[in-house]
Amino acid sequence: MEALSSWFTYVSANIDYIWESTLAHARISLIAVALATVFSITLGVIVQRRPLARTIVLTAAGILLTIPSLALFALFIPVFGIGNTPAIAALYLYAILPILRNTVTGLDSVSPAVVESARGMGLSTWQQLVKVRLPLAWPVIMTGIRVATLLTVGITAIAVLVGGDGLGTYVQSALTRNGLPNATEQLYVGVVFTVALGLVLDLVLAVVQRFTTAKGLRL
Amino acid sequence: MNAQAKIHLDRVVKKYPGSKVPAVEELTLDIPEGEILVLVGPSGCGKSTTLRLINRMIEPSGGRILLDGEDVTKANPDKLRRRIGYVIQQVGLFPHHTIADNIATIPKMLKWDKKRITERVDYLLDTVGLPPEQYRDRYPRELSGGQAQRVGVARALGADPDIMLMDEPFGAIDPITRERLQNEFLRLQEEMHKTIVFVTHDIDEAIKMGDRIAILGERSTIRQYDTPERILAYPVDDFVNDFIGNGSTIKGLNFLQVSSLRLSDYPALRESESAAAGLNLLQEKGRDWLVVLDGEGRPVRWASQEQLGQAGTGDMRGVGVEVGDHLKDENTLFEALELMVQSAAGRTCVVDDAGQFQGIVDMGHLNKAIRTAQSEARRHYEELEANA
Ligand SMILES: Nc1ncnc2c1ncn2[C@@H]1O[C@H](COP(=O)(O)OP(=O)(O)OP(=O)(O)O)[C@@H](O)[C@H]1O
Ligand SMILES: [Mg+2]
Repeated sequence: MEALSSWFTYVSANIDYIWESTLAHARISLIAVALATVFSITLGVIVQRRPLARTIVLTAAGILLTIPSLALFALFIPVFGIGNTPAIAALYLYAILPILRNTVTGLDSVSPAVVESARGMGLSTWQQLVKVRLPLAWPVIMTGIRVATLLTVGITAIAVLVGGDGLGTYVQSALTRNGLPNATEQLYVGVVFTVALGLVLDLVLAVVQRFTTAKGLRL
Repeated sequence: MNAQAKIHLDRVVKKYPGSKVPAVEELTLDIPEGEILVLVGPSGCGKSTTLRLINRMIEPSGGRILLDGEDVTKANPDKLRRRIGYVIQQVGLFPHHTIADNIATIPKMLKWDKKRITERVDYLLDTVGLPPEQYRDRYPRELSGGQAQRVGVARALGADPDIMLMDEPFGAIDPITRERLQNEFLRLQEEMHKTIVFVTHDIDEAIKMGDRIAILGERSTIRQYDTPERILAYPVDDFVNDFIGNGSTIKGLNFLQVSSLRLSDYPALRESESAAAGLNLLQEKGRDWLVVLDGEGRPVRWASQEQLGQAGTGDMRGVGVEVGDHLKDENTLFEALELMVQSAAGRTCVVDDAGQFQGIVDMGHLNKAIRTAQSEARRHYEELEANA
C-alpha cells in the first residue's frame, strides 16, 4: 500500500519526463514498424508465389528474431553510431518476420477462384494485387503489424543501451541505482508505461484495422 | 464449318510444362455466332483447358485463335478478357465488394460514367431475377449458392460482351436450382444471342443447353460435333454412344414435335350419338378404342368396344374413361410419350388451339419419327463422308 502511494508520488512528480520518454519510446517503435511494414509487404508480395525465394526469405527473417536483442542493437553502432538510429535499425529487423509471414499467409488465404475471376475479367496483375489480393489479405497483414508493434514496444526498452531514448532509461536507471531511493519506483515506471503504451498502440491499431478492412470482410 | 464463325480455333495445341502428352492436341473448331456451343466429355479430357485458351487464361503452345476473323493469339490478354464474359463454377465474387460493385467491375475499368453503370447494374440484377433494391448493396457472403451464381452471370454480362465462356457454371448447385438457372439462362439467351462456349461433363445438360455439342475425348479431340438431335439420333461411334448413355433415343424425342407427324384418320364420335353407332364405327374401322367428343368436338373419353357394348341403347354420355391431357402441335414427342404411357388406350389425342380433336398419336408414330430422324442423320454423315 505504501509502496503504491510512493510510486504515484514519484510518477506525479516526474510526469513531464515520463511523458516525454513515453512519446520517444512510441516514436522509435512506430518508425521501426512503419519501415518494416513497407518492406515486408513488398517482399511478401514478391516472394509469395515463388516457393524457393519464399522459404529463404521467411527463414532469414526467422533467424533475425533469434539474434539476442542486445547483440543486434550493438551490431549497428559501428554503422550508425550511438543514439536512436541503431536502435531503430535493430527494431526494424525484428519487426519484419511477423509482418512478412502474415503478408504471405494472408495472400495465400485469398481464394484462387476470386483471383481466377479477377484475371478472367481482365484485371492486370497490378490491379489484381491492389484491388483484390491485398484488400482480401489485409486483415491478416494488419494482425501481423499489431504483433510486430507489441514486440517492438517491448524491445525498444533496450534502446537506451545504445544511447537511444524511451522508457528504457527508467529501467536502466533502476538497475544501476539498485537499492537507492526511487530505484524500485523507476523500475515500475519503465514496466507499467511500456505495457500501457503497448496496449494503447494495439488498441489504436485495432481501430485502424477495423476501419481499413472492407465492410464485406468484417465479421 | 461456316463463314460466320465468331470464334475459330486453328490447330490449337496446349502442352502443360512437365507433362508428356498435350492437354489439347491440334484442335480445330468453329464456334458459330449467336449460338451456345457445349463442350462435353469425361473428366480430365481438356474441356477447361480448351475454354481457357480462348480468353488466354492459358497461353496456347501452338496454333491460332481467331475472334471475328482477327488473330488474338498476340493481342493484349487483359484487353481481350474485358471483351469476353467468363463464368466459373466457384463463381469467385469479390467478397469485399458489394453485389453492385462486383457487377460494375468491368464497366468501371472501361470508365463508363456513373449513371450508366448504375443503370446497367440494376438492369442486369433484374435480368438474372434478383430485385436490385434488395440485392444491390449486399455482400457476396449474404447470398445463397444459386444467387451467387446469378450474380456471377450478371457480372460476366457487365459490359455486354458478345462472347461468354462458362465453365460448369451450374455444376455446384442443387438439381432443382440448377434446372431453374438453366431455364432462365436459355430464356436470356433467346434475347441476347451471345456466342457462348459452355463446358459441362453432364450430357443431359449439354443436350439441354447446346445449339451444338462437341463431344470431346482424351486430349480434347473432337469425337462428334453436331446438333443435339443429330448426336442423339446418330452417335458416330461407341465412345459417343457410351458417353450419351442409355435412353438416348428417348431423349431424342425432345427434339421432335407433334407438328412433324402426319396424323392418321381415327374414329371419333360426339357423345350425343348412340353407343350402337360408336360400336358400328369401331367395327367398320377395325379399331378397339373410340374417341368420344363433347358438344364442341373436344375429346373427352376413350370408349372401348366392350364399354360401348355394355352401354346398351342410350347415347355415349358417361361411357368410357377420361382421355387425360391433350397434345398440341408445339408439344414434343417426349411429352407425347409421357401421356401415351398413361393413357388407357395407349394413345394420346391431339387438338388444335380451339381444343377440337385433330387425331391421335400412338407408338407407331413415335417409332416412325425416330427412325426417320436416325436415317436422316445417317444420310447426313454419309454425305459428309462422301464429300470429304
Ligand atoms: N495447370 C496445369 N498443369 C498441368 N497439367 C494440367 C493443368 N491443368 C490441367 N492439367 C491437365 O490437363 C488435362 C486436362 O485438364 P482440364 O482441366 O482441361 O480437364 P477437364 O476436361 O476440364 O476436366 P474436368 O471435367 O474434371 O473439369 C488433365 O489431364 C489435367 O491433369
Ligand atoms: Mg474442368
